[in-house]
Amino acid sequence: MAGPWTEECSIMKKIGIINKIIAFSNVDGPGNRTAVFFQGCNLHCLYCHNPETIHFCVGCSACLAVCPTGALEGGHGKAVMGEGDMLQPVTWHPQKCISCDACIKACPHLASPKTRRMTAEELLTEIKKTAPYINGVSFSGGECTLQRDFLVEVIPLIRQLGLGVLLDSNGTYDFEKDPELLEMIDGVMLDIKAVDPAVCRTLTGAGPEMPIKNLKYLQSVGKLAEVRTVLLPEEGGSLPGEGQNRRSAASGRGSETILVTSSEKATSEGSFFDDDGGWHGEAVTGEGDLHPPNSMNELTVRTVASLLSPAIPYKLLRYRPFGVRQEGIDIIGNTITEESAAEALAALARSLGAENCRVV
Amino acid sequence: MSAALDIIKDPTLTYKQELLALARLGEATDNTLRYSDDYYAAKESRALCDLNEGPMPYRPRYICPDYSVLFKKGSVFLELEPPKDLAEALNSLMILYHHVPSITAYPVYLGDLDALLEPFVLKEERAYAKKLLGLFLKQIDKTLTDSFVHADLGPQASITGELLMELTEEMQLAIPNLTLKYDPAVTPEDFALKAVQCMLKTAKPSFANHGMFVKEWGEKYAIASCYNGLMQAGGGFTLPRLRLYECSLAAKDAEDFLNRVLPYYADLQFEYMDKRVKFIVEESSFFKTNFLVTEGFVKQENFTGMFGLVGLAECCNHLLGITDPKKGFGLNEEATALGRRIMDKLTELVEAHEAPYCESTGHRYRLHAQVGIDSDGREDAPGTRIPIGAEPAMLDQLAVNEQFHPYFPTGTGDIFKFEETYLKTPEAVLPIIQGSLKRGLRYFSGYLENNDVVRVTDYLVKRSEIDKLTAGKQSLNNVTIFGKGAKDFGGALDRRVQHHEEDRNH
Ligand code: SF4
Ligand code: SF4
Repeated sequence: MAGPWTEECSIMKKIGIINKIIAFSNVDGPGNRTAVFFQGCNLHCLYCHNPETIHFCVGCSACLAVCPTGALEGGHGKAVMGEGDMLQPVTWHPQKCISCDACIKACPHLASPKTRRMTAEELLTEIKKTAPYINGVSFSGGECTLQRDFLVEVIPLIRQLGLGVLLDSNGTYDFEKDPELLEMIDGVMLDIKAVDPAVCRTLTGAGPEMPIKNLKYLQSVGKLAEVRTVLLPEEGGSLPGEGQNRRSAASGRGSETILVTSSEKATSEGSFFDDDGGWHGEAVTGEGDLHPPNSMNELTVRTVASLLSPAIPYKLLRYRPFGVRQEGIDIIGNTITEESAAEALAALARSLGAENCRVV
Repeated sequence: MSAALDIIKDPTLTYKQELLALARLGEATDNTLRYSDDYYAAKESRALCDLNEGPMPYRPRYICPDYSVLFKKGSVFLELEPPKDLAEALNSLMILYHHVPSITAYPVYLGDLDALLEPFVLKEERAYAKKLLGLFLKQIDKTLTDSFVHADLGPQASITGELLMELTEEMQLAIPNLTLKYDPAVTPEDFALKAVQCMLKTAKPSFANHGMFVKEWGEKYAIASCYNGLMQAGGGFTLPRLRLYECSLAAKDAEDFLNRVLPYYADLQFEYMDKRVKFIVEESSFFKTNFLVTEGFVKQENFTGMFGLVGLAECCNHLLGITDPKKGFGLNEEATALGRRIMDKLTELVEAHEAPYCESTGHRYRLHAQVGIDSDGREDAPGTRIPIGAEPAMLDQLAVNEQFHPYFPTGTGDIFKFEETYLKTPEAVLPIIQGSLKRGLRYFSGYLENNDVVRVTDYLVKRSEIDKLTAGKQSLNNVTIFGKGAKDFGGALDRRVQHHEEDRNH
């Protein structure tokens, strides 16, 4: 492809496409941390709170019309890719922006026009401002490992400031194959969203095998900082009841069904995984027993708890419908996961050895 | 109705509050102490404010006794022997508190309670010590009914400090105000985290930059009233303030303000302070006969004058023609830089003025960023603060504070409001405090939104008490009335919150 951007890319360093930087965060790892949220994710979790971080802007211009302050410009399909970098086809003027998020609601592509393209040095300049007040930096997303080359460029610079670095990952990246990256970080905060393959695929678009493999591997090399699971609410919402068709209309994305193997099996065996991470439960993806989400929660929590060494924090997050897109609300519901149910699962996890499990 | 009758018939005043208001009225009948016509004109224009100190001072404004004298020697005047155990120590302190005058008629400094009491606490069972300390706090809250009553803790960890913080959380009392003298090199992390937890739950203690205060005052300093740095065994004679916004109205431009207007008003404030300090030392009986002086609880040479100011933000914005505070001081480098020049100039003026007495501060007054009073409305923000509603994110707010806090040895501070998830993560608050103190912040106050006890400018009130007042009922706390004014007129409860900015499922 030819165009002004190709030249730019050839002389420029790696560019990070960043959705936002939160200067002080108390929920992205231990202590006070600066959280850098990358744009772009390879999953599309039904309960994602920031679905606008999932895809890159394609420049369709749909958001331009809804911006009340004229903070957006450009568009018209000039999305370009090359060298792992991507130019933002829409220009966003932060000075004019009133943060109404109308653009994000209007975007049909689960993207945001308000991303920033930054070099490692530019990001470092931002982090230098927060450095005196923080314990470290956490890279989140989106999925930060999708911008792995940028990470490898910026992380050593951050370490030179004397700060620790954690990655927040959905677990789809094969960390075992990237010792260079692992070497330069303190650890990974890993999501285990579900362990049943069918449930996991429906919920996230991918299976649980790689996250589980990562849990074991990262733990074995001392790079597992914490594990998190979002607990789905027991009531409210309509999980599919009759086979495959009910939710395919809502999602428009295949016909998987949230069905799991028998909960008796889950509770009696504790884990569906053998030592190598191989699945030895049975996933039912067509007709079969339907279980309320509570037993899916339990299956996931039991599995993680039985794999985790006691010191590693295991955080259970309650599903909250705020910011979740309609597709997710239709399936998971519009209620918050009961605190008592979450606490009961945390107690269960602790009894199974995940002593550092708590509801956050 | 006469002014006296107004006070007497006011259904919202307690007996004590009426008594104090009537005393003020009586004091105002004498005008022996006279100032120049220029001074009165400046006061009339609201460029100068004497904080209603009263025309005839009969005691220094703030008195910070050295309470260790009581424990070493007892008191002849009060017929007290040195205490032998915790019960006696607390009883002696309560007695002495009742005899410590101040501008509010209540003691503004209760001592470094942990250092004073620790030897006695260590001799008791923890549960018994806690019981006695709880009764002590209760008595303070119900008899020294004024939120400018202030006690200090730290920098060392102590059982007494732990117990006082535990009790503060359990009892949710607005009085006394508390400060932790904080030095990360001395104060253990777990003690500091307990203080953070207590602060999030009760809006106190605040964190004082111990290293900074020690450099200016030596080890024996006190944090009194709201956040005033003063000498122990000393205090503050007087605290008038420049209302910088009103001062700026007399200037053609920034240079005119710096070169002509500011020195002019500073001189008038010096005139007020000099006359007042001399009157207190030379005419009033306090330094001649009060037992606090004659028995060595305070020494005249440890008192200084506090040169106060408010409204730096509005002053800078006005001088630069900025009408939207969100684009002004603290958020706009040009305005912030002008603020620094104004403070440099004031520092120079204060350094150049030979103050009567004030021996321990080299015969100089010391600058104070005053917290504001309810009648300030929205024209003058407290001290050098960014006006409420225009505060930037916490990071930028800290960066501005760090530039201005070093100017004010007799006190300044800012308040940061945290959202409820921080209650579970005090370890996320402490690095913010540590980082900012290292970078020049003097005094950090924080509280959690949705608490009943809230900090209004720099004193504590209960939200439910404000509501009671609004409904026309009496409130025991003297200060609630100020809190109400600040809420109604200044929007002080609308302070920006440090959120974790969004709610996320992972
Ligand atoms: S942000 Fe979304 S709506 Fe706006 S141009 Fe990009 S893809 Fe289109
Ligand atoms: S959030 Fe900003 S860019 Fe988006 S529509 Fe609102 S003003 Fe425009």
